[in-house]
Amino acid sequence: MKLTVNSTDHVLDVEDDMPLLWVLRDALDIKGVKYGCGVAQCGACTVHIDGAAVRSCQVAAADVWGPVTTIEGIGTPDTRHALEEAWITHQVAQCGYCQAGQIMQAADLLQTTPNPTDADIDAAMSGNLCRCGTYSRIRAAIKTAASQMREV
Amino acid sequence: MSRLGKIARRSFLVGSAAIAGGVVFGTYMYRRPAPNPLLDNLAEGQAALTPYVKIDARGITLITPRADSGQGAYSVQAALIAEELDVDLDQVTVDPGPPDPAYYNTALSTDAAPFAATDDGLIAQSMRGVMDAMIKFLGLQITGGSTTVPDSFDKLRHAGAVARETLKAAAAQQSGVDGARLKTARGAVVLPDGTRLGYVDLAPLAATLDPVTDVALRDSSQWRLLGQAMQRVDVVAKSTGTQRYGIDMELNGMVHATVRTNPRRGGAMLGYDATAARAMRGVLHVLPVTGGVAVVADNTWRAFRAADAIDITWGPAPYPAEMEAHWHAVADSFDAAHRDSRHRDDGDVDAALDGADVITAEYRAPYLAHAPLEPTSATVRVTDSRADVWVGTQIPRFVQTNVARLTGLDARDVHVHVQVMGGSFGHRLEDRSVREATEIAIALKGTPVKLTYSREEDFTHDDTRQIAMARGRGAVQDGQVAALDLSIAMPSVIASQMGRQGLPVPGPDLQIVAGAWDQPLSVPNYRVTGYRTPELAPISSWRAVGASTNGFFHDVFLDELIHAAGADPMAERLRLCWHAPSRKTLEAVAEMSDWGRPLAQGQGRGVAFCLSFGVPTAEVIEVTQTPDGMRIDNVWVAAEVGRVLDPANFENQVQGGIIWALGHAINSEITYSDGMVNQRNYYDSEGMRMSQAPQITVRGLENSDQVRGVGEPMVPPAAAALSNAIFAATGQRIREMPMNRFIDFA
Repeated sequence: MKLTVNSTDHVLDVEDDMPLLWVLRDALDIKGVKYGCGVAQCGACTVHIDGAAVRSCQVAAADVWGPVTTIEGIGTPDTRHALEEAWITHQVAQCGYCQAGQIMQAADLLQTTPNPTDADIDAAMSGNLCRCGTYSRIRAAIKTAASQMREV
Repeated sequence: MSRLGKIARRSFLVGSAAIAGGVVFGTYMYRRPAPNPLLDNLAEGQAALTPYVKIDARGITLITPRADSGQGAYSVQAALIAEELDVDLDQVTVDPGPPDPAYYNTALSTDAAPFAATDDGLIAQSMRGVMDAMIKFLGLQITGGSTTVPDSFDKLRHAGAVARETLKAAAAQQSGVDGARLKTARGAVVLPDGTRLGYVDLAPLAATLDPVTDVALRDSSQWRLLGQAMQRVDVVAKSTGTQRYGIDMELNGMVHATVRTNPRRGGAMLGYDATAARAMRGVLHVLPVTGGVAVVADNTWRAFRAADAIDITWGPAPYPAEMEAHWHAVADSFDAAHRDSRHRDDGDVDAALDGADVITAEYRAPYLAHAPLEPTSATVRVTDSRADVWVGTQIPRFVQTNVARLTGLDARDVHVHVQVMGGSFGHRLEDRSVREATEIAIALKGTPVKLTYSREEDFTHDDTRQIAMARGRGAVQDGQVAALDLSIAMPSVIASQMGRQGLPVPGPDLQIVAGAWDQPLSVPNYRVTGYRTPELAPISSWRAVGASTNGFFHDVFLDELIHAAGADPMAERLRLCWHAPSRKTLEAVAEMSDWGRPLAQGQGRGVAFCLSFGVPTAEVIEVTQTPDGMRIDNVWVAAEVGRVLDPANFENQVQGGIIWALGHAINSEITYSDGMVNQRNYYDSEGMRMSQAPQITVRGLENSDQVRGVGEPMVPPAAAALSNAIFAATGQRIREMPMNRFIDFA
């Protein structure tokens, strides 16, 4: 089967029902996508398909309907996305395991809601679990990134 | 005691040593004296020097032996060394280093002996010294008990200073300039004419010198790094998806394994049929491991799917099958036969309660899972001559010992590579997964095996927080609390946890009463008694350990007595508290929360205090009754930590501790049915999500001369402050967790 991930085309021989999460992690060695729960409860595996946030643990490989973008596709340590920069400014991460998923979810939010309220942020982000409890910093970082992205 | 005295006299000297093309500096060189029968357990190679600073042609490496599970331990340890060494964190590599007995954790002893953190008397100090010697002897390189900062604060700054002064001595010898005229900055010795001699270039010469050990630590007024918000060394990687964790391990030729072990914990596997699993795509092996069966496949998902296809017959659990029986066992242990400790017995409680209007209450706290977001994993490769283990662990020395035992290799040939952890909260104080991965790796000799637990396997095989109950009896007089008698019963966390490492723990378990017996209150008649419930299901250290339950029991009961006395909850706590640094935390949260400000109908405000892990912590919570349920609006917290080393990480840790405590207090529990854990994934036990997270305002106080860590001490008062606030708002007293069994939360 064919898959486009971070603008690179791949041809893969995997089962139709293999979750995209495991295709990315084990077949393509894209490790920014995290396994947390396997049942869409934690959001650690969040990626974009056609620009919209999805839980990659719930998308079968054969059902992927468009190009896939992972955290590696939106920025790098040297060329950072505005959200990544804001995450650094606010020193959001503790263990950091959920944060790639948080950032991918936040990127989706800011595409549809460039100036989110606290209620917008809570509604969009409450599917992403952070066991370390960094929520107040996530809220602040999203607002910082939103304001920066609106200026650009 | 004489054995311990003998060990304590052995030498721990400062040293340095040449390595290939460079130098390592250690603060403690562990010298092996003439024959000493106590040392027979130590391998010959482990009597070596213990490095914290390594400089070679590749650069400067700071060794940070306390594990980082998200609490910022690597960064703060690196900053402590860098502060004195005069390097910046962007110039160095940070490495957790190998397991080594010399990286013992001294600070763990502080809470291991039965003296309250507020007791500075001679007996208390000397007893802590004995425990310190014990920990040196055992070589407990453990990350836990919020001890990273207290353990490291002097030790690592000293290591940095010794390295700096020795490098200056090398520079003096090389340049002919008097050492007193040399300065250091950004990884170089600077001559009076401005010439910079890089540490890396000086290292080979420094390695030949006797280290300069007579160094004075800088006063905090001279600090460049400590005390200011730092950029954590891992923050860029963790903000760009590029941080690798243990579960991300990839090695050439690596295979992927998962296990199914008896969900009736510790029970036997009676048999299994893996016919279907073996035929599935990508499955390489199905083989038995202790207590269950492992599937080895060519990727993680195929291993998971095949494991689900195995038909396994499980034997019964070695503990009661149903939850009700667990609670009965705890309730039945409040008697003389199970009495474990009574370290607090002030005044005459029996006389004070005799004939008084006795107020009684009973409290419960459930089992809880750690469930860090990164599921359990371990990668192991075993050959005839060595074993390599890549794992996120808080106990690298135990891992090394256990892998040596399983493989028959010498511990020197077991190499533990500690990985960055996606959370722990105490979860990675256990090493079952390493043992299972090792069993598989022995069967597949030479092949690297990555074992990954499914989330369900992780939840149902967690060594949980203890189950606990408390019974309070008390009396009030003239508007004051006159008697407080608290009895606490639980199984011993330490016995369960150390038992899995084959270590007996003699004497009472202080964790049964931690966060209750050791509170700095002058209640005239005041007693705390611990009762030990015989072992039930396996339990382990869960963030704040005994105090995670006892802080709730003790402070909610105190609140009940204060209300019965008709006193103000803040004023009466301040009146009862004799310890000045603790009083200041209460005064701080009173001011921060504007205590006494009138609240609207349906709102309530509660305060709680707990001193745990040496950190007095006061918290005020405000709640509002809404049509959707109770909403937690605000938390104000003040904690006495001696010195806030990184204000940004401090605030993050404190807020995280509060979210952890409140999320579990209102939403989560682990229960057993038919001997098995009922909660299998986050939908059964989700902690707190963003939509429930309150505003949390943090203040760190610096009135004490003892520097403390904050990973755990925020947890014990939080559930109590919430229960007290709900009572203030509604008149309903919640004495059990999770609280959502009694009221709805918005």
